[in-house]
Amino acid sequence: MDTSFATEDLAFRDEVRAFFAEAYDEELQGRLADLSTYKEAVIDWQRRLYNKGWVAAGWPVEHGGTGWNSTQKFIYETERAAAGIPDVIPFGLAMVGHVIYTFGNEEQKARFLPRILNSDDWWCQGYSEPGSGSDLASLKTSAVVDGDDYIVNGAKIWTSYAQHADWIFCLVRTSTEGKKQEGISFLLIDMTTPGINVKPIATIDDHHSLNEVEFADVRVPIANRIGEQDKGWTYAKALLAHERTNIAGVADSKRSLGQVRTFAKKEINGGVALIDDPVFQSRLSSIDIDLMALEYTELRVLAAVSAGGAPGAESSLLKIKGTEVQQAIQELQMEVAGYYQGLLVDDLSVEQLGHSFGRAARQSYMYGRAATIYGGSNEVQKNIIAKAVLGL
Amino acid sequence: MNFDFSEEQVMLRDSVARFIKEDYAFETRCSAVASQEGMSRETWQTFADLGWLSVPFAEEHGGFGGGAVDTMLVMEEFGKGLLAEPYLATVLLFGGLIQKGGSQAQREAHIPKIIDGSRLGAFAYLERQSRFEMADVMTSAVKEGDHYRLNGEKVVVFNGGNADYLVVSARTSGEQSDTQGVSLFLVPADIAGVSLLSYSMMDGQQVANLTFEDVQVPAADLVGNLGEASALIESVVMEANLGLAAEAVGIMGELNAKTLEYTKTREQFGVAIGSFQALQHRMVETFMAYEQTKSLLYRAVCALSNGDEDAAPVIHALKVMIDRAGKLVFGEAIQMHGGMGLTDDLDIGHYAKRLMMINTTFGNGDYHLGKFNALRYARTD
Repeated sequence: MDTSFATEDLAFRDEVRAFFAEAYDEELQGRLADLSTYKEAVIDWQRRLYNKGWVAAGWPVEHGGTGWNSTQKFIYETERAAAGIPDVIPFGLAMVGHVIYTFGNEEQKARFLPRILNSDDWWCQGYSEPGSGSDLASLKTSAVVDGDDYIVNGAKIWTSYAQHADWIFCLVRTSTEGKKQEGISFLLIDMTTPGINVKPIATIDDHHSLNEVEFADVRVPIANRIGEQDKGWTYAKALLAHERTNIAGVADSKRSLGQVRTFAKKEINGGVALIDDPVFQSRLSSIDIDLMALEYTELRVLAAVSAGGAPGAESSLLKIKGTEVQQAIQELQMEVAGYYQGLLVDDLSVEQLGHSFGRAARQSYMYGRAATIYGGSNEVQKNIIAKAVLGL
Repeated sequence: MNFDFSEEQVMLRDSVARFIKEDYAFETRCSAVASQEGMSRETWQTFADLGWLSVPFAEEHGGFGGGAVDTMLVMEEFGKGLLAEPYLATVLLFGGLIQKGGSQAQREAHIPKIIDGSRLGAFAYLERQSRFEMADVMTSAVKEGDHYRLNGEKVVVFNGGNADYLVVSARTSGEQSDTQGVSLFLVPADIAGVSLLSYSMMDGQQVANLTFEDVQVPAADLVGNLGEASALIESVVMEANLGLAAEAVGIMGELNAKTLEYTKTREQFGVAIGSFQALQHRMVETFMAYEQTKSLLYRAVCALSNGDEDAAPVIHALKVMIDRAGKLVFGEAIQMHGGMGLTDDLDIGHYAKRLMMINTTFGNGDYHLGKFNALRYARTD
């Protein structure tokens, strides 16, 4: 048992640190924080990563990935989060890219993969539907063959950043015969196709990320189908089981916890800083301790994966504990903010409001409620563990 | 980065596991607990013959030369078997103090005898008033010529009634709770002036209260430097805490496995109770609590093995988690066994009681949370 870093790992860490310090500059950070420049700033940042060869950490080398081992991935994630750098937008790089290089044909690989790597296309994910949430296979959006095309009708919901997207990958129903998992196909759809309508969903965090995407007689070439017709569920499942090193969000939670500490030093109650209040300390420590354990749970899973094991129900554990820790930290951030947790997002400046992080704390707390719902709700994850690990 | 064990470590673990499985049935354990000494000398000799009493000791004294990982593997298996024999008291505490703080002569005199099974030891540190503060020592040692004169009382001394030798903490200078001024002395249990009151604890282990009345200890039997024992005690207890945590992880795994098995066979309303989602989700919680505790145990073992400076907060964190996860696991185990969970015939309650004793030994979860806070939020600005 050995978790110390080898010399080459330490050198890699220094290289990552140095690159982030230089490439993630203040000018870029400013554009990322401004909603009006957000999209082009994300693309700009991801292209800097691409030029460095680091944008596709989980991809095989032959498709443009890094070929990093689990230690290198861990180091990269840790340094990324510690530097306050957001993860890449996952829909192309972490999700559909994996499906395309694993199950797509040569033409699809040549057409889509380079554009994903260079962030030329912004992807979004069309899985959930109004009426089918955790029971994903009950989806009803239909695709009927008409000549060389499918005609797609229906609606997708909770689609993150569909307002920015150039493409959407969709699960659609191509057959109602047999089991509900058997008649599903996996389609890649150009968002500029006539008949697609994106409707924003107003959410409790006052930030526009979620949408409903409606499809009315949308023509999609059959050539845009991944693999075989009616086999889409297999590809979707492979995507879910695909190694997602960041599923527990440990590195980001460590940074958030550090921010709580920083803020809690500045909040004074009756002459005592919040960070010196033993009740507050104990709450903070309880989360800290869970996170210390979770970091090693993640490392144990990573080590098992790099030794040739496939991540199965372990990723359910990481998802449950990871999101619980995230929400606990968000709750603490709200409490540190005190009255200022109620600040709405508007045009008032930090100087006018007299407080810097109340709004952000509230937004992350409110949006953070989604974490135990999306990606298979935590209750569904518990069902998976009960069945796959406990044999119940 | 890897979490693999060496071939030697796997052999060690497997040999302990095989013994627990084949030769240490619950009934065997209960009859050892019910005996006068609360342990089996025969079992102890088997441990010696199989080399397990040598694990943490240096090779020059006939030891296995093992580290934190080896101790963890042995203790986890002992936890599964709900071991009654005084491995913690004799090997990890008594032996640990002599290995780390003793003179060459003291090591040569005691360690080979611990290893061959002929010497049982104990560490007498707790006093009526001291609760979890190990430096709260009122037992006094006063230098008189080439002797120290010991007076005072020690309570809940693990293995105190069986031990041939004791390491006793006593104050040689300073005030009651001062870290400085605590010293350790090696004392034969049959020395004049020591009186003994033996009794059993809820987990079956045999303990004793020891009274020292003008006990004459030769100056040569001082362990470590005069008045500077606190650091030595802290370091040995830190490793003992890892051993206890590993034992707790072994117990938690066993409780989860037994409970899971029970819910698959116990039928109510015509179906196995394990088919109820209300129970399934709770068993997922106990499974996750076990995995998280194991991860923190690994983290602590790696930190100690690597000599990381943050080993201390990790071990405090581990004690906090053992306390909380342990209570969750044994509480659910009793609940899901229904009325049977309350019976003495079933082993569930016995595992629970051992976990409870582990939680309180060297400080409970709240105590260690306080220590963790103190390290984490020490203000330098």
